[in-house]
Amino acid sequence: MAQKPIREADGMRMIARWLGEYSGGQHTVPDKFISVTPETELDALPARHEWLLEQKLVVKPDQLIKRRGKNDLVLVDASFEQAKRWIADKAKAPLTIYGQFDEQGKPLDEGTFGRLTHFLIEPCCTHDPADERYLAMVATSDGDEILFLHEGGVDVGDVEARALRLPVPIGTLPTAEQIEAELLTRVPADRRAHLAGFIESLFKLYADLNFTFLEINPIVVTKDAVIPLDLAAKLDSAATFESGKRWGDIDFPTPFGQVASKEEAFIENLDAKTGASLKLTVLNPEGRIWTMVAGGGASVIFADTITDLGFMEDLANYGEYSGDPNEEFTYLYARTILDLMTRTKHPKGKVLLIGGGIANFTDVANTFKGIIRALREYKIALQDHRVRIYVRRGGPNYREGLRMMRELGKELNVPIEVYGPETHMTRIVSMALKGEN
Amino acid sequence: MSVTQDPARKGVPEPGTAPVSAPALEPSPISEKAPGELFDKTTQAFIYNNQVNATQRMLDFDYASGRDMPSVAAIINPTGSDGLSKFFFGTKEILIPVYRSLQKAADEHPNVDVMINFASFRSAAASTDEALDIPQIRTVAVIAEGVPERRTKMLTAKAKRLGKVIIGPATVGGIKAGCFKIGNTGGTLENIVESKLHRPGSVGFVSKSGGLSNEQYFTIAMNTDGLFEGIAIGGDAYPGSTLLEHLLRFEQIPEVKMLVCLGELGGSGEYDVVRALEDGRISKPLVMWVTGTCSKAFKTEVQFGHAGAKVGSEAETADAKNAALRRAGAIVPQSYDDYGDLIKKTYQQLVDQGVIDPKPEPDVPVIPMDYAKAVKEGAIRKPASFITTISDDRGEELTYGTMPISEVFERDLGVGGVLSLLWFKRLLPQYALKFIEMTIMVTADHGPAVSGAHNTIVATRAGKDLVSSVVSGMLTIGPRFGGAVDGAAQMFSDAFDRGLTPQQFVDEMKRKGVNIQGIGHRVKSINNPDMRVKIISAYALEHFTKSDLLRYALEVEQITTSKRNNLILNVDGCIGIAFADMLRSEMPKDEADMYIKLGALNGLFVLGRSIGLMAHHLDQKRLKQGLYRHPWDDIAYMLN
Repeated sequence: MAQKPIREADGMRMIARWLGEYSGGQHTVPDKFISVTPETELDALPARHEWLLEQKLVVKPDQLIKRRGKNDLVLVDASFEQAKRWIADKAKAPLTIYGQFDEQGKPLDEGTFGRLTHFLIEPCCTHDPADERYLAMVATSDGDEILFLHEGGVDVGDVEARALRLPVPIGTLPTAEQIEAELLTRVPADRRAHLAGFIESLFKLYADLNFTFLEINPIVVTKDAVIPLDLAAKLDSAATFESGKRWGDIDFPTPFGQVASKEEAFIENLDAKTGASLKLTVLNPEGRIWTMVAGGGASVIFADTITDLGFMEDLANYGEYSGDPNEEFTYLYARTILDLMTRTKHPKGKVLLIGGGIANFTDVANTFKGIIRALREYKIALQDHRVRIYVRRGGPNYREGLRMMRELGKELNVPIEVYGPETHMTRIVSMALKGEN
Repeated sequence: MSVTQDPARKGVPEPGTAPVSAPALEPSPISEKAPGELFDKTTQAFIYNNQVNATQRMLDFDYASGRDMPSVAAIINPTGSDGLSKFFFGTKEILIPVYRSLQKAADEHPNVDVMINFASFRSAAASTDEALDIPQIRTVAVIAEGVPERRTKMLTAKAKRLGKVIIGPATVGGIKAGCFKIGNTGGTLENIVESKLHRPGSVGFVSKSGGLSNEQYFTIAMNTDGLFEGIAIGGDAYPGSTLLEHLLRFEQIPEVKMLVCLGELGGSGEYDVVRALEDGRISKPLVMWVTGTCSKAFKTEVQFGHAGAKVGSEAETADAKNAALRRAGAIVPQSYDDYGDLIKKTYQQLVDQGVIDPKPEPDVPVIPMDYAKAVKEGAIRKPASFITTISDDRGEELTYGTMPISEVFERDLGVGGVLSLLWFKRLLPQYALKFIEMTIMVTADHGPAVSGAHNTIVATRAGKDLVSSVVSGMLTIGPRFGGAVDGAAQMFSDAFDRGLTPQQFVDEMKRKGVNIQGIGHRVKSINNPDMRVKIISAYALEHFTKSDLLRYALEVEQITTSKRNNLILNVDGCIGIAFADMLRSEMPKDEADMYIKLGALNGLFVLGRSIGLMAHHLDQKRLKQGLYRHPWDDIAYMLN
């Protein structure tokens, strides 16, 4: 439930599908955007989209990647045969994509390694670079804001500083006249009226389909046409029940390079099966500080405290369980973490923080049962890896839960230190790491 | 905390504790509140959606806080009907009105100015909008998570225009210590008392997270004289009211001596606080920490639990916000680890300066313990009114006996296995399970003419529903129809157990003038055998470890058929007798006899035949058969 980025092809298709309706037929964008996924049979496409063979094409990856041009990931002016070969070539092996470049085009960061799986094919639009503009619509706390710059394209520079802005208070719609007067002052006069109409209609679409972000750069504006070329967009995923039908069959992709490991995927799958919440991100599989924290808020604070105390490099995972998962789910969650943390040995041994705040209504002893089952199963591995366990939790029935944990320490012959609400929530972090920094 | 055990909390009122009406509520105008205040000790709320637990928790808090009047005036149940709902107020029971319409509730309770909206994310926006339109409502808490951002922004703009306050969405709400509690805030009553939320302290607290609020209130209770008011604004990107708005409220309230605030990464609400510190709108000491400093350790973007907890730019990071707050004069710890210590230090300074004068702890009212909790802790007991030994739906999985339902399917136990587990409390061997299914198959139907099916058909044709029609047929099962299954088993086993020879048995029955149950057929005969009997008896003789009764019955049949060739062992008799053999093969004789006495064999016939009766009902409906009227010429009228 949040603002989530969508694929360019999906955003373009929504505009192509609905802009006509929101502009009373005044503005249209032809629906010539083909999504290529690993399942797509490329050879079957021209039968349904004849224009693929008739027009020159643009092909680019469609995985929320910024600076595709600088990364040499846009194929222009290509035939369908060339497009096919290019896609096959790019999808063949994982590659590194960079986020920052210097003047000479040299990458400035270490890049993100990943595999290209999704592409977008669209017609190649030959145009005068002088016709490129920048347009964005952005959600703000009291409405939205339209940003426009009379220049556009990859080298547009700092739009935050340069673009003209038109705030749109919530519940209102900007008129074409307002748009023209506030945003289009540096656009040649003969192009203003229809561009203003286009933006007016696009904003209606943006608002009605619950976009929270829509950036078109460049948007090509000629005397008689407005053509969006590159698009990035976010939707309010909480609005699925209102706008899902108009969105059509879309997905909310994970950013390039973020491929869930087997264990992360397993937890994601568990999470989907229960009304409770189970989250796991492995940050550093070799790390020696592992966390198993109840609650979305508390889990962040535990991770914070570990980094604030200077153990950022040692933090192995971020995750949380909340919403009263049953014993089986807690067991599977705990087992996954124990399995990960007992794979490679660390000379200093390892630390497991079983933390949490004071629960509202979750029965602490009940949730501990699943964790205890997993800890028993990993008794030998825990001893082998010299794991020290720190527990801190409060809430309904916490005394029983803490008692069970204390007993377990004796039973397993694994050091388990147990604290209740009277100990500050994150104190177990400093206790566990005391004198190590 | 002191606890009394309250027998009335079992759900069944004890004598003398019959529900009484809520303390008389003279509709009074909404009290004018002091500047910055949303709630006082007379504040009453509507609960939107039928949230029984949240309502009870609010009333428990009221009682612990020594409120005279419940904080819930009415419940709005948009899918129900008007009525009254029973709750505890301390040990007493009170009635709280339930309305279908919010407007009607407002008309009836003109003093209510708060609505706590438990509507789902789909309908929360519409119901909040409706509440904002009602002039008397000044504060709406929206609990739902997942309200579309655009909807929330519309509501926020409207609330601002009307000078009203929205708390949420995606929040547990908030609490004004010893005064008013929103919904589930504060957790259990035990926690409320431990965190000293039943009486006011000096700290104004606001955070995004609702899940952490208990932790925060406890931290505040441990390190200061306690909370004055705490609000969780919710985790959405665009909350209905902001951290700053609540801090500015607290700034206006004289009893609030210090402020504590917990922000988080993402968004810019914390910078509003920075500006207010800089321009002096916030002058009370503010201890504040922004969570999410770990985000720098994450290579890729991680969406934390809250929708708004996402970093769009450097300024939105927790580190940047903490630094800006520190520069602006907030008291910012180095990490969350020192947070409690700084709160304590700040409080102590205020005490030393004489700003805060710690008050003696008031007595905690005796709070009745929740029945479920008392049971769990073994503090009370009561005899159960019901007892069961055959199935359990309380655990993670339904069990038949002790066997989880998944195992029933994994082992492919079939209807026979289910019947075996539920009726006989054991898993009988495979041959027996198959036999059970054979008996069900063979008794399922016997055509439309027999009394059960006939009655069902007549009832169906009279327009009755399935249950009525089937029951109409079922009620004919007894000594003359279908009862022979049970009767034969009882009669034959009795004779066999008394050691009578088949001949002695036949003679005895003849002497008594009693027909032998399970012997005789209207059309079938020794020359024209009933295939059903052949199948059942062949199976029983082949598979059962004991088939004494069936063999005995077949000897009896030889004697009876020698007199008349249709006095054969009929299908009812065969099933009943063979079933008794099967039970005796698998359990002690006493237990097998007990099941027969309890009516298991009658049950077997009823079970099987219900398939047929339903079939006749469906058949008649499908054929659209009209009302049946028996023809006069088929009734001999003999009145004289």
